[in-house]
Amino acid sequence: MLGLEKKDFRLLLIVIGLTMFAPFILNPFPEGSEMAQFNAGYPDLMQRFVIFGIFAIGFNILFGLTGYLSFGHAAFLGVGSYAAVWMFKLLSMNVLPAIILSVIIAGLFSLIIGFISLRRSGIYFSILTLAFAQMSFALAYSVLTPITGGETGLQLALDDPRILGVSQTESGNIPVPALFGLEMRSSYELELGAWLFTFNAGYYLAAFFMILSFYLAIRIFRSPFGMMLRAIKSNQTRMSYTGLNAKPYTLAAFVISGMYAGLAGGLMASMDPLAGAERMQWTASGEVVLMTILGGAGTLIGPVLGAGMIKYFENIFSKINETILHGWFAFLPDGLENFVVALIYPFIGKGWHLTLGIVFMLVVIFLPGGLVQGGQKIMGLFRRKKPEPTKPNATEPAE
Amino acid sequence: MDQFILQILNGLDKGSAYALIALGLTLIFGTLGVVNFAHGALFMLGAFVAVTLSNVLTLSHKVVDETRTDFLGNPMQVDVPYVHDWFGVTAGNAIIDWAVPLAILVAIPIMVLIGFAMERGLIKHFYKRPHADQILVTFGLAIVIQEIVKYFYGANPIPTPAPDAFVGSFDFGVAFGFDPNAIIYPYWRLVYFFFAITIIGAVFAFLQFTTFGMVVRAGMADRETVGILGIDIDRRFTIMFGIAAAVAGLAGVMYAPISSPNYHMGMDFLVLSFVVVVVGGMGSLPGAVAAGFLLGILESFASIPAVIDLLPGINQVIIYLVAIIILLTRPRGLMGRKGVMEE
Repeated sequence: MLGLEKKDFRLLLIVIGLTMFAPFILNPFPEGSEMAQFNAGYPDLMQRFVIFGIFAIGFNILFGLTGYLSFGHAAFLGVGSYAAVWMFKLLSMNVLPAIILSVIIAGLFSLIIGFISLRRSGIYFSILTLAFAQMSFALAYSVLTPITGGETGLQLALDDPRILGVSQTESGNIPVPALFGLEMRSSYELELGAWLFTFNAGYYLAAFFMILSFYLAIRIFRSPFGMMLRAIKSNQTRMSYTGLNAKPYTLAAFVISGMYAGLAGGLMASMDPLAGAERMQWTASGEVVLMTILGGAGTLIGPVLGAGMIKYFENIFSKINETILHGWFAFLPDGLENFVVALIYPFIGKGWHLTLGIVFMLVVIFLPGGLVQGGQKIMGLFRRKKPEPTKPNATEPAE
Repeated sequence: MDQFILQILNGLDKGSAYALIALGLTLIFGTLGVVNFAHGALFMLGAFVAVTLSNVLTLSHKVVDETRTDFLGNPMQVDVPYVHDWFGVTAGNAIIDWAVPLAILVAIPIMVLIGFAMERGLIKHFYKRPHADQILVTFGLAIVIQEIVKYFYGANPIPTPAPDAFVGSFDFGVAFGFDPNAIIYPYWRLVYFFFAITIIGAVFAFLQFTTFGMVVRAGMADRETVGILGIDIDRRFTIMFGIAAAVAGLAGVMYAPISSPNYHMGMDFLVLSFVVVVVGGMGSLPGAVAAGFLLGILESFASIPAVIDLLPGINQVIIYLVAIIILLTRPRGLMGRKGVMEE
């Protein structure tokens, strides 16, 4: 189906199902209940899940397949955001041209950076991409202020031209991003008993793009082109001995993943029409590295899982404070309760980064294939009768 | 001319910090072949050793002072640091004042032990893994160390003053025959520069003139042969890791008065230090030191207003720009050795 093998098609269907029913799946607890704070089914967070999913899928095409570790990918996301916001300012509030332009601009930008950075490999490549991204960040923050808005970021204003749209609505407000009249922030709320489900237009647009990106990623992974990229990772020298030039393939992979990042940036700006330089900082690039490795570099579904997990931790896990913890352990005797809370508290709430760091280290040390490999190992325990051991489809970690 | 000297001086203290961190990074890379992303965290830990020591020294207990009364008319309670009880008021105050230099003595054993623990506990298992894995696991370790420090010390910078004797500035203008106040330079930064020179000199002397250093250098050149000769090279490399950690920690201790330590100062320095190492040439110790000072001075030259007028934003990007140009034209960096990190 759709040029996919049966197994891949099933994976695609699962992803489609999960994203389409995400408003239900992420809201398992009734409104107003004690557990409602673990509900992740609100539009803002769901949008972030899929947008960072796209970002991580794109990063994985570069890192997971070719093994080139880029520490500057956030620059493309930032450039995409700026391009989209400029489209909103100059053309119209329709998100489609904005997203298309952000993909194109990010693609061109990554073509330039990739062309230069890919002259070196290994750690030098990482440092070069890092240097380019930090330069873009520093310039966007200072000199390029007329284009980027500098410290305050790029925002819409009432006197923007918007050739094909209106500068301001009849009520004198800045118009909101929309897809042919369908406002991105509009939602339909469904109340079922004690449960409240929100279906947001912006989320479904982003989810559509994520499914599209995911499908493309599967096709790339299974194509001869994908095979070439894997060859670069496993042995670039041997590849060049067989008469193949690795450079065009790595550059293509770099540009594709840059375009994915641009798409994510454009979508981000479509959901909330502003763009800031901090999206380009190297910590943001580090985050997508964390997502991809955590989920499983080189696997199809891994990066999406990693992105979802980190964003869930960042937004839900971090909200747990000491009072809530005391509430949970209230059944324990007082002294023990305080002890348990004191023991757990550093790891959750504001300290979620600590948990993230520890989990990340454990994954790198014990599960180079990420959570996906972990899942496969667990599955393997249950399926012991089968003679052939489950083989992690994560390839060897990159050089 | 006075501008010129001033900018060189300004570049020296930052350059010293870059050089010290880059030196440690290169030591680890040259001996163990590990790319250590947690090195910035070691620098930050050093700065927090200084913070902790000055906190510990000012630990105090309350004493009722009969001669004074508070606003309610009760006898006033005064905080008396324990060091006053032990050493007397004058000596106690001096000890508190000199907390940062004293922290050097404390930092050396602490940082060496942390270095040992890191190498034996974690990095040892990553020698055979690809460089990307080493980068990732030490990156994770850096996050963990940062967050632990943040948990105990909070997210705000903690001011840690230098001893009173070094407060104020030295007037270079007078010394060089320019107008007074033309070139003034804080004493502590001068101290930092000479401290860095001393440390760098000590490390080089240690490697060059001791038997231990000779074995380590031999191990860097050809690890296998040294092993065949019956020398336990791994143990010596572990000690070198401890020394590299101590160098980073000392750089951090002395940097505490220059910029108040906060939990992410290590990361800020790490990114630049990596650029420094790559510019200097992976695995070359003199290269790392030279590139550290060079980039520090270039950075301060780029922040002269006249230069910024000419090339806006150059002060923000100069280091990265230099790194890109050097990497593309001299792939091994300024003094890189052949065969190091070349695939």
